[in-house]
Amino acid sequence: MTNRRNEDVVMPATASGRAKGQGMSRVVVVGYGPTAHRFIETMRSRGFAGSLTVIGEEPRPAYDRVALTTYLTEDASLEYAVPSGITTRLSTRVTEIDRQAREVVTLDGERVPYDTLVLATGSAPFVPPVPGRGRAFVYRTIDDLEAIREASLGSTHGVVVGGGLLGLEAADALRGLGLKTGIVEIAPWLMPRQVDEGGGSVLKGHIESLGLEVHAGVMLQSIEADTVLLADGRAIPAEVVVFSAGIRPRDELARAADLEVGERGGIAVDAGMRTSDPSIYAIGECALAGGVVYGLVGPCNTMAEVAADRILGGSSTFGGSDLSTKLKLLGVEVAQFGAMEGALDVTYMDPVAGVYKRLFVSDDASTLLGGICVGDASPYTSLKGFVGKPLPASPSDLLFTGGGLSLDLPDDAQVCSCNNICAGTVREAIAEQGLTDVPSIKKCTRAGTTCGSCVPMLKQLLEKSGVEVSKALCEHFDYSRAELFDIVRVRGISTFSELVSTVGTGRGCDICKPAVASILASLNGEHVLTGELAALQDTNDHFLANIQKNGTYSVVPRIPGGEITPDKLIVIGEVARDFGLYTKITGGQRIDLFGARVEQLPQIWARLVEAGFESGHAYGKALRTVKSCVGSTWCRYGVQDSVGLAIALEQRYRGLRSPHKLKSAVSGCARECAEARSKDFGIIATEHGWNLYVAGNGGFKPRHADLLVSDVPTDELIRIIDRFLMFYIRTADRLQRTSTWLESLDGGLDYLRQVVVEDSLGLASELEAQMERHVAGYFDEWRAVLDDPDKLRRFTSFVNAPGVPDPSITFETERQQIKPVLIPLEVVRS
Amino acid sequence: MSTLTWTAVCAFDDLLPERGACALVDGRQIAVFRDFDGAVYAIGNLDPFSGANVLSRGIVGTRMGEPTVASPMHKEVFSLVTGICFDDPEVVVPTYPVQVRDGRVEIAA
Ligand SMILES: Cc1cc2nc3c(=O)[nH]c(=O)nc-3n(C[C@H](O)[C@H](O)[C@H](O)COP(=O)(O)OP(=O)(O)OC[C@H]3O[C@@H](n4cnc5c(N)ncnc54)[C@H](O)[C@@H]3O)c2cc1C
Repeated sequence: MTNRRNEDVVMPATASGRAKGQGMSRVVVVGYGPTAHRFIETMRSRGFAGSLTVIGEEPRPAYDRVALTTYLTEDASLEYAVPSGITTRLSTRVTEIDRQAREVVTLDGERVPYDTLVLATGSAPFVPPVPGRGRAFVYRTIDDLEAIREASLGSTHGVVVGGGLLGLEAADALRGLGLKTGIVEIAPWLMPRQVDEGGGSVLKGHIESLGLEVHAGVMLQSIEADTVLLADGRAIPAEVVVFSAGIRPRDELARAADLEVGERGGIAVDAGMRTSDPSIYAIGECALAGGVVYGLVGPCNTMAEVAADRILGGSSTFGGSDLSTKLKLLGVEVAQFGAMEGALDVTYMDPVAGVYKRLFVSDDASTLLGGICVGDASPYTSLKGFVGKPLPASPSDLLFTGGGLSLDLPDDAQVCSCNNICAGTVREAIAEQGLTDVPSIKKCTRAGTTCGSCVPMLKQLLEKSGVEVSKALCEHFDYSRAELFDIVRVRGISTFSELVSTVGTGRGCDICKPAVASILASLNGEHVLTGELAALQDTNDHFLANIQKNGTYSVVPRIPGGEITPDKLIVIGEVARDFGLYTKITGGQRIDLFGARVEQLPQIWARLVEAGFESGHAYGKALRTVKSCVGSTWCRYGVQDSVGLAIALEQRYRGLRSPHKLKSAVSGCARECAEARSKDFGIIATEHGWNLYVAGNGGFKPRHADLLVSDVPTDELIRIIDRFLMFYIRTADRLQRTSTWLESLDGGLDYLRQVVVEDSLGLASELEAQMERHVAGYFDEWRAVLDDPDKLRRFTSFVNAPGVPDPSITFETERQQIKPVLIPLEVVRS
Repeated sequence: MSTLTWTAVCAFDDLLPERGACALVDGRQIAVFRDFDGAVYAIGNLDPFSGANVLSRGIVGTRMGEPTVASPMHKEVFSLVTGICFDDPEVVVPTYPVQVRDGRVEIAA
């Protein structure tokens, strides 16, 4: 991104009125982080008419720093949209505030005049003065992460200095970059600011079980080339060292300009976010509000809104903020709310399950003061709103019932601390706007849009407000697809009629019939045209081909892994030529033949089957293809036989009916030529085995697949894919691709991993057995049609003239191939 | 009113329950359907939304008890009784008298 010059920002004439209070026409913001973003957004949405300039030192507009770590794991952009009418100056550092002239000076010496200045310079990581510190990294910006990623290439060991919230997040990131990672913490236990000693020891168990080393109660001595030295004399290998030892407010500009700053840093502000200079405000992590520097987005956002309101003439105040935190780090829930001490406390500890919960209450045991949770944060969700209020039940009940999720939150209980939204606000929005799902609550109230940890609470508020979140498939079934799947499975139902007469109404429709057809196919594996099943199928499944816009069909023979002999290729060419079909190579490494009339389909397939081809299921909500790169057999970079694996997988899962189509790919090395990470399940070869990625998607809403397991051998890989696919088939909604399915799973990827890798639900053997039944029961659908005169009879254009082709289907020629001639719609509709 | 000309197009048993077939009657394409209870319906085969002759290949079902077919092209739903499109009542496909006599399906078109 380049700097945008700012000729358009200065409004010279009106500036003369600036001393008169209301002439605040030029607002300049220094620092372009999340707080600055919230500030300019609020100014714009409240109709501020003057000019608004943001000067930021980073080379990009503000981005979601809370989600910084996902920069390494996901492709989603973290950047916020720049509101319209804002002048942004990126890669520009402000070096001086000239309060006399009311100008800020940039590193280039440029002077930008202001009427009102807002400092939103955030904070900088603290790097303790140890020898070798120049070799270390910090963890704060996208550029920091880029540098860490680069350094970790070719490295094997990492160390994070600091075992607080961010330190653990950074350690997880290093682990994700493939480094064996240690954590050095000077305090006797991890996360000393959030948890007490008991919680710390439970947390340590979790962290160590993930393969991270914890060195607590020890100081860092120095950083050497490939090791760090600890004060107790130990040397730990580490090519990559990251400091996460606290942050310091960036108050240097304010200091130099003689604004009042706190003894331990932070730009002092009043309740309206104004500094000791009335035309300068400070907001976010650089501000010292009520003697506190806040390091969480929630209060920073509130400060931004207060400052905007004040500049626009309002009188709102910032009254301090709750520093409760709940987060999920390395799969472990950690939460702290309210006070970390009290007259009485009740502790629940289960070292085996790795759960620690502690509540602090007043001396008469009637008022809740605060709590700490490790391993199970449900009390946070249900109890945070009760801090300072009478306890809704006895402390031990609250701890043992996993937090008693049926408690009614008071209206003034904060639900979303990132955006400062109370339960009452959410309830009101649900009632007044008639909201029925979490996405619309997010949109309406902003709750849940930042860190997302309150989403379960939003769901609960929705349910409690009596909103029926309708899962009904259509007017014929009050059940979701997943529920119908279980009904069919458990009751052993084998026909639509039986299902609709027992749990549905009417005779179905184009929504429920194909969904039930797919369920029956997944469970029973019968031919899709057998008996009553035939009436349930979409036209594609009914003719085992893909309908095109003129009512003709296309044919796709299976070419497993994209590997094909010249002889078979010639057969496809001959068939296409003899039937005059338009021929195109697909993205899935196969060949699509277009323009076949229904009565031609059996003739075409008779030739294809004879040459050894099978149905490619391009017409079904089923496995399509397993694409592959050329792999280690030929490619000089390949490390595994990707073609061999792709063929094995395609043959294993061919014909598997699922809630939506399934695509896969196998790449023979990290260069990823097969684009496996855009697939529902993608496999990438490693030196030691295979990495399995799941829930990717191309198409309308691209999504990179998530790493589910790494370096697994082939048999284990297949076992996990079996489970993954069957779990998806069981639980997804109708027409829900794996990507949206994963996003809708409570607990997301971690939960999926627990179920299909760690077998937390004890389902694994059942899922595997179900897949085995599919594999054993596979047959070629097209061959079966050709062998069955009853099924063949349906392939006619006219029931009373079986040999006659549909005269309304005609073609013209384009680039030496056929192209449909369409009947103009005006003619059709008149 | 009597002189409807009936054309036999197929045996009743040629029609699968809740599935259609297309008959060519005097050059006109007519979609014939048999519902679950054995009632027979005939409507034009031309899908007015796509311009393709495909309605006979749609999924048969019910809307509030009324028998319907959904176009296989873009899923607009039509009443088999009136030919009216549920998604856009302005759009109507023709309906034809149909009867079953001696096990044969006959259309008057
Ligand atoms: C990895 C990570 C995870 C986090 N997770 C959470 C979480 O789960 N929950 C939570 O509440 N908070 C979390 N935080 C903290 C949260 O990100 C901060 O509270 C928030 O970013 C503060 O926003 P800010 O705009 O005040 O400051 P910053 O984000 O620091 O932005 C300040 C910006 O100003 C720029 N700047 C500074 N000085 C100048 C200058 N002189 N000229 C030009 N530009 C300048 C800086 O380069 C920076 O871009 C996390 C932070 C990190 C790093």
